[in-house]
Amino acid sequence: MIEAVGLTKRYGDKTAVYNLSFQVRPGAVTGFLGPNGSGKSTTMRMILGLDNPTAGHVTIGGYPYRRLPNAARQVGALLDAKAVHGGRSARSHLLSLAQLSGIPARRVDEVLGVVGLHEVARQRSKGFSLGMGQRLGIAAALLGDPQVLLFDEPVNGLDPEGILWVRNLMKSLAAEGRTVFVSSHLMSEMALTADHLIVIGRGQLLSDMSVKDFISANSADFARVRTPDTEPQQREKLSAALTEAGGSVLPEQDGALRVTGLPLPRLSDIAHEAGVRLWELSPHQASLEEAYMRMTQGAVDYRSTIDQKEGFQEPLPPGAQPPVPVPGQGQIGWYAPPPPQQGGQHFAAAPGAPQAPAGPYGAPDAPGAVPGAPVAPVANPYARPVPQPGQGAAVAAPPSAAPAAAPAASPAAPAGPAGSDVTKPEDAR
Amino acid sequence: MSTPQPPTQPAAPAWGAAAPGSPYPGYASPIPVVRTHFGHALASEWTKIKSVRSTMWTLGVFVLLVVGIGLLTGVVVASTDPDLGGENALSMGFFGLLLGIMCIITLGVLTTASEYGTGMIRTTMVACPSRGRVLAAKALVFFLIAFVVTLVSVTAVAFLHVAMLEGSNAGEPTGGEWLKATVGISLYIALLGTLSLAVGSIVRHSAGAITLMIGAVLAPLVIAMFMFASSLEDVRIALFEYSIPNQLSIFYANSLSTSGPSGWDPLWIMIGLTAVVLGGAFALLGKRDV
Repeated sequence: MIEAVGLTKRYGDKTAVYNLSFQVRPGAVTGFLGPNGSGKSTTMRMILGLDNPTAGHVTIGGYPYRRLPNAARQVGALLDAKAVHGGRSARSHLLSLAQLSGIPARRVDEVLGVVGLHEVARQRSKGFSLGMGQRLGIAAALLGDPQVLLFDEPVNGLDPEGILWVRNLMKSLAAEGRTVFVSSHLMSEMALTADHLIVIGRGQLLSDMSVKDFISANSADFARVRTPDTEPQQREKLSAALTEAGGSVLPEQDGALRVTGLPLPRLSDIAHEAGVRLWELSPHQASLEEAYMRMTQGAVDYRSTIDQKEGFQEPLPPGAQPPVPVPGQGQIGWYAPPPPQQGGQHFAAAPGAPQAPAGPYGAPDAPGAVPGAPVAPVANPYARPVPQPGQGAAVAAPPSAAPAAAPAASPAAPAGPAGSDVTKPEDAR
Repeated sequence: MSTPQPPTQPAAPAWGAAAPGSPYPGYASPIPVVRTHFGHALASEWTKIKSVRSTMWTLGVFVLLVVGIGLLTGVVVASTDPDLGGENALSMGFFGLLLGIMCIITLGVLTTASEYGTGMIRTTMVACPSRGRVLAAKALVFFLIAFVVTLVSVTAVAFLHVAMLEGSNAGEPTGGEWLKATVGISLYIALLGTLSLAVGSIVRHSAGAITLMIGAVLAPLVIAMFMFASSLEDVRIALFEYSIPNQLSIFYANSLSTSGPSGWDPLWIMIGLTAVVLGGAFALLGKRDV
């Protein structure tokens, strides 16, 4: 079990991690999510006693890492796949670590077999690909057969087979009763692997809840309404009528409207009353990826912009619009807002006070008392009234997404309301 | 895309379900747990140092320089039919060593600093959070390797020189002179390498630390060479006498100067210096972020 209390790390005047408190429990895979530069690796280093926290403390099994007896036998970590001397062979690298921790040498060959590097064990690791390096790092983490495992971005550079392997490895390690703490910036990956999520942004805690709670708290649904393209005034009319009825309307790039806050039958009624014909009225569910993006969009440090190539391009012919690569993406309000009843409370708090009183701490001790306990079906205005699935659209979704998503549902509980389309793109048109 | 969503019951938090009963179920490894000690760290560092090519290269070049230049000096001196005027033949070994110390410095720095360059230090410190133990093991393993390699090559060169210059009116070296020119100089060189290792651990950057050490070896001599002002005469002489090449020559009793350190003094100086810098390296290692 890993326990952080008020963990803070400053480098000069830059605060990398601020007042971070969380617990990582055994028997589950805990995902550690955040955008680039949000402090994930710094937190990992503090857990492992490599960096000293400026304030607060973090313990593993009750001990600070540097005072942990037989640390290497209790904790294994993959921090940086390239954290090996390139001139040393994979086997020598692992052997030196094994000797340092008093692990028998035959264990080295064993883990090399586990990660599938036995054939290149005597080659210098300089020539390893990123994926092979990652496997070597995982081998080092598994070397001591430890009770607590930390992985920093374990699937970086792995091929699909490797990603699947890591995913299953994490789960089987957790199933054996170990504590598994995995950092990633990929929500989609975590949704498949993790049981619990800790989300940070700019070094502060944004969310700490089980994947199921996260989904129900953040699966903001919306309806897409399309009026005839030929009659733009109908669109205006409907938009006004919907806003009047208490819905929030967001125009989409192709002329459709995103409506939240109104159930589908009501939408249809309003359109009927306004005398507007509809070409489309479809329920949509935001993917977990989108929920995560929405949660962290205010905490992204390194944001990409459009490559202007200003002064290098031929002037556009008059009247032509410059191409927009991802229409609307990233603009304020693009991501669907959280469901009205509960969504905001988990992360909409002011950045200075990310741990609102309603924060999910203590949840493990009293599972029933989780604030914002999953009441998604109620909170979701579109969950009930849909009589027929949008089957055509569902078929159009990437066929791999649905089966791959299935493991996200923990065997301990039936699939949650959104469990099966966790990774499905929000829009499968 | 929504599929019809049955009004599911609130999903039971998988969290609590993970740990029924015991709050800390844990996992017990079948591999026996051994209480680790300094010996484990020594074995690990031995594996590390022998499994990289830079060790073989630097030590190989060192042996080549010491033995090669020693041999060359011997041949050249012997062929000119010299008169050594009673001075013993051991002093001929000085020239090779003067160049050879660069290799020992490099290897010493690389032993610690390369771990920072590659990031290996994090892996090491996670495997062994007792940071001091790791540094101590590194220092000891390196010191022993440097000492043995230097001793073997220096002794070989010494025997060669004595044999080659037998007829050149060279003085028969006494036991004390033999000891100084073999064990003494080897201890000095190994300590100099350990000093470099400590500097590498403090600077954490291979090229920076090597430059620093080579500067420390050469700078005093170079600076002293250009101190013409008479008011700086004392400083000039001190720089000259305590420069590492001059201290090295004292082991062969052919000191470049007549005053200053003599006999075994350079060794005591180097022991003190290494102890201080290594102590600093230990203190910093414990305090700094890896």
